[in-house]
Amino acid sequence: MKIMICPVNGPRNIAEFAWGGEVKPDVDPATCTDQAWTDHLFLEANIAGMVTEWWLHTPTNTWFIARRNTLTDEIIETMTLDAYYMREGAISA
Amino acid sequence: MPFALLKYATRSAFKGDHAAERHFRLSPDLKPTYDVVIIGAGGHGLAAAYYLATRHGITNIAVLDKGWLAGGNTARNTTIVRANYLTPEGVAFYKESVDLFRSLSNELDINVMYTERGHFTLAHTDAAMNTARWRAEVNKHMGVSSEVIGPDDVKRICPTLNVSDDVHYPIMGALYHPPGAIARHDAMAWGYAKEAARHGVEIHTQTGVNRILIENGRAVGVETNRGTIHAGRVLQAVAGSSSVVANMAGLKLPIRTIPLQACVSEPVKPILDQIVVSGSLHVYISQSARGEMVMGGATDAYGLYSTRSTLDFKESLMAHMLELFPFMGELKVLRQWAGMADMTPDFSPVMGVTPIENFFIDAGWGTWGFKATPVSGLRMAECVATGRQPDLLKPFALDRFGSFDLVGEKGAASVGH
Ligand SMILES: Cc1cc2nc3c(=O)[nH]c(=O)nc-3n(C[C@H](O)[C@H](O)[C@H](O)COP(=O)(O)OP(=O)(O)OC[C@H]3O[C@@H](n4cnc5c(N)ncnc54)[C@H](O)[C@@H]3O)c2cc1C
Repeated sequence: MKIMICPVNGPRNIAEFAWGGEVKPDVDPATCTDQAWTDHLFLEANIAGMVTEWWLHTPTNTWFIARRNTLTDEIIETMTLDAYYMREGAISA
Repeated sequence: MPFALLKYATRSAFKGDHAAERHFRLSPDLKPTYDVVIIGAGGHGLAAAYYLATRHGITNIAVLDKGWLAGGNTARNTTIVRANYLTPEGVAFYKESVDLFRSLSNELDINVMYTERGHFTLAHTDAAMNTARWRAEVNKHMGVSSEVIGPDDVKRICPTLNVSDDVHYPIMGALYHPPGAIARHDAMAWGYAKEAARHGVEIHTQTGVNRILIENGRAVGVETNRGTIHAGRVLQAVAGSSSVVANMAGLKLPIRTIPLQACVSEPVKPILDQIVVSGSLHVYISQSARGEMVMGGATDAYGLYSTRSTLDFKESLMAHMLELFPFMGELKVLRQWAGMADMTPDFSPVMGVTPIENFFIDAGWGTWGFKATPVSGLRMAECVATGRQPDLLKPFALDRFGSFDLVGEKGAASVGH
């Protein structure tokens, strides 16, 4: 059994989590071009190596950020959105 | 030593008339220039090379692979061939592949063991029954044999299947597709490789592409671990590595690389003729010609560039499999493996021309691309030879995502590969 650490609920079986895909820079659908919007929706970096992703702890509906290595199947770290935004130097919503 | 042994052994050694034939010639040195360079010697890359050589007279081709011949998903798939898709575009495309499969052993002069078994997509919910009816109507309209049948007919055609109500998810009916088939994946690759090589195509294994050379928006060659080669045209056919290779050309794709796992049981006497899929239970099974039960399900829960196997996969697979086929409780799992599936959001491939001149793509084959090997080879060869998107491939162009023109095949492809 693979364990993932939910930043709120602690270590849990990975079966309790859902993969949300890579963190992409936000685009504003109201102001961006159509092309920028469909690119944002459909295109993926799909990196072989270190990735930063959305994950969901499904029983508690907790969204958070995880850093993983897609070549070795290692979970490097997980963090709350606040911790992620703080690190990225952005303002938390 | 028996005389006959001596006679035949020396005869083959000296005259070569009984010696085993190499599948393809070794081509030790790379030439500085080719008309076409194909990245990826899986079934798709090899088939494209074969059809370029035989249908378009283009033979100055190098097929490059960073590993060995067809060691990617071509070697790892569970070989289901069928045309019972959901969209008219999808059905037309896969139907052409089935038509090509039927004469492939003759065309390639190798036994690809294409065997029509009949294919069930079981339905355990009202929603699944609705999808089955929808697919049956589209299929019939497109000239593909499919019908919705009830549990009694399922039992009549496939007596080993447990259709009793005394299970978690009783079988309400099935989409039955009589032409559903299996074939020998390795023989497909060997056949295309051998015949392409016979027409002059070079196949270079242990030759990985690290860079794609682009000048003024047009592809002009590739850089490999064995040196740089120039190319009139470049085609990528690298399945799980699609995003990595496209990135070398500055392209971003609508693809996620996610493992797909499979396993086989120990071999037993023939007991299961058909291919049985359950979309609701996320499992499928067929019995190979050697007697092994070949089993799999949907992709893993998250993306990876890895072919590791997990216990979770086997556990969830077997829980449902044992309800469908209780006798399987007595069988042992013999082998387990995985491949890296290049998954698209609409469960359809991405094929054809790209924004880069002379650079072509054959990707997004996910869990469903083995059956498309002949048609994708034939049509990508046409695309590379003419520089234009063939009509059959127009719905699958890379730019469909920009106009929300998706070819939604999830209902027909997410489990029933
Ligand atoms: C477990 C499993 C079960 C499946 N079951 C079915 C099924 O039942 N029916 C079906 O239709 N489909 C099935 N599929 C899908 C099918 O296997 C694939 O879609 C198909 O084989 C893809 O063929 P390909 O030639 O495009 O890719 P591959 O066979 O993967 O070949 C790609 C090649 O590219 C090479 N490569 C990668 N990067 C580079 C580089 N940088 N330079 C040079 N070479 C490179 C790789 O080494 C590899 O040999 C299944 C897949 C899996 C994993």
